[in-house]
Amino acid sequence: MAAPVPPPAAAAKPGGLRAWIYKRFPIEELIRDQLTGYYAPKNFNIWYFFGSLALVVLVLQLVTGIFLTMFYKPGEATSFDSVEFIMREVQWGWLIRYLHSTGASVFFIVVYLHMFRSMLYGSYKAPRELLWLIGMLVYLALMAEAFFGYVLPWGNMSFWGAQVIVNLFGTIPVIGPELVLWIRGDYGIADATLNRFFALHVAAVPLAILLFVMLHLVALRRTGSNNPDGIEIKERVGADGHPLDGIPFHPYYTVKDIVGVGVMLVMLAIVVFFVPSFGGLFLEAPNFEPANPMSTPEHIAPVWYFTPYYAILRAVPDQRLGALLMFLAVALFVFLPWLDRSPVKSMRYRGPISRTALAIFAVSFIALGYLGLQPAEGLYVILARVFACCYFGFFVLMPWYSRIDKVKPVPERVVFHDHA
Amino acid sequence: MTTLRRALLCVWIAASGAAGAATEAGGGAGADWLTWRAADDVTNTASLQRGARNFMGYCLGCHGLKYERYSRLATDLDITPQELQKYLLAPGDKPADYILTTMPAADAATWFGKTPPDLSLMARARGADYLYQYLKTFYVDPSKPTGANNLRLDATAMPAVLSELEGLKRAVFKNEQETGADGKVMTKRVFDHFEQLAPGRLSAAQYDAFVHDTVNFLDYVGEPTQAARRALGIWVVLFLLVVTWLAWLLKQEYWKDVH
Repeated sequence: MAAPVPPPAAAAKPGGLRAWIYKRFPIEELIRDQLTGYYAPKNFNIWYFFGSLALVVLVLQLVTGIFLTMFYKPGEATSFDSVEFIMREVQWGWLIRYLHSTGASVFFIVVYLHMFRSMLYGSYKAPRELLWLIGMLVYLALMAEAFFGYVLPWGNMSFWGAQVIVNLFGTIPVIGPELVLWIRGDYGIADATLNRFFALHVAAVPLAILLFVMLHLVALRRTGSNNPDGIEIKERVGADGHPLDGIPFHPYYTVKDIVGVGVMLVMLAIVVFFVPSFGGLFLEAPNFEPANPMSTPEHIAPVWYFTPYYAILRAVPDQRLGALLMFLAVALFVFLPWLDRSPVKSMRYRGPISRTALAIFAVSFIALGYLGLQPAEGLYVILARVFACCYFGFFVLMPWYSRIDKVKPVPERVVFHDHA
Repeated sequence: MTTLRRALLCVWIAASGAAGAATEAGGGAGADWLTWRAADDVTNTASLQRGARNFMGYCLGCHGLKYERYSRLATDLDITPQELQKYLLAPGDKPADYILTTMPAADAATWFGKTPPDLSLMARARGADYLYQYLKTFYVDPSKPTGANNLRLDATAMPAVLSELEGLKRAVFKNEQETGADGKVMTKRVFDHFEQLAPGRLSAAQYDAFVHDTVNFLDYVGEPTQAARRALGIWVVLFLLVVTWLAWLLKQEYWKDVH
């Protein structure tokens, strides 16, 4: 296994295009630093696909979004009609729109799995705290982006969803009511709100996401990837100066990630072409009626990727406390690197308490997601309270249980099963 | 696939015909109305054509399809320009026009209490089954301004405009005792069955087919590209599967080096 070293630029044909570019731009260094000379652990498993998949979905959303912007017309009187125009009269408009609407959900699926991977193998632990924090910035920006985007079709669920979410800021003491007015730009969710959400959705937030994603990758290049064994491969270097358990990202992980992209695109295509509404989870039925301030949909629920937090909001009888806990439920991820006191990173070498805690967290997150889609009544509310307690317990009790939990010895080298 | 669906449809139509016969006999008919399904199939062009004819004849007076052009309809449903002109085009409308109702919205609001909604997206907003159940559960209710009510949408503003075809039916309710959580016994009025008061121009089975075609047409209008979308999807998925398989072979080849 020899590292494919890029041919030195000096060997390039003098007078050729390559030499011409090299003299003016560090192209060889860029490729070497980022791809062929960047060593990643060789024992990545299926959980390590989701970072590159998130990047692919980001590009998908940017490209389809640009084309949608060519025909979408923000405005109370025009938004809904222009989306239907795209769906019916723009050549391939329906495909672009379904790719974008499905892509939004796929983005969250991929990002949630990517985040869970970090929790599974302790990827947020030292020295990757900043990598994790920058990742959290991506996640927060992504949530803002999804929320603004959901309002743009100006269907009835867009309108009422915006109403509920924006009003949450009204629960902030003292400045709340003024803040809500400032966000909306009007006394209700109206034309001004729609237009500023459009500006934020197509320009401000995507720029922020791109910046954070770039910083995320820069931080990753400094620390290197974690791996399922939670071992720092840089600590065992071979004679050539490269990690013994590392392989060049290109070509090994580029060819591997292409397979992952293929599998994801197959699933994306199945949804886009056969079940684009995904049973009301990706496109909700009430959103096929134009926004109507006089008529509330039967159940107001956000799109599935926000429902775990929405269930927490509704589980609390006091609205202000509910909103606070909801924001806290998102914010707690930020503190994971410092809440986790375990001496090992990976769940492979952690004891039963940590493993059980993570399982309870995963079940709670999914259960809350389901409950957030149901009406807030009877047993649903009681269950939401139980699972919300489990959710917060996972974080709050972590400094204690992660320290007392028994750990297994971590091997010196990564566990790798030969493919040949 | 399509053949199977058509076969199922035939069985279903026969079954609903039998149910229609039961209606005329007045034996508990309609008690299961919430389980009625539209059995929509937007690849059945003949059904869509009949549905378009039904729509122009019975719905367009009050409801428009403001996102659908006559010409698009003709192209998608294999209707020739001559047929379009002769059977479907509203007087004064051109093929490139959107299918709009001529009823003034302000007048309609005065007459019915609310403007009849545009139906372009009704099948997507409410579902085809909802529309099917709605059009089949109108009943006589003298307490309402229109003289009619509906099981699917209680106190609907829409008059029973299809009663000319379906005939008039009465809804028979029964009282059910229910013990609440607090131990109090409450009496609830629940629907039991329909009784046919007067026959319409169509038999029960014919009216059922009429509603089926009309709802099927509205399903098509909700998303005119849906049949093409599914047809294309098969090839896209097959293509992506082949590409993914090739990518996997490439990956295996490269990873032979990794030990």
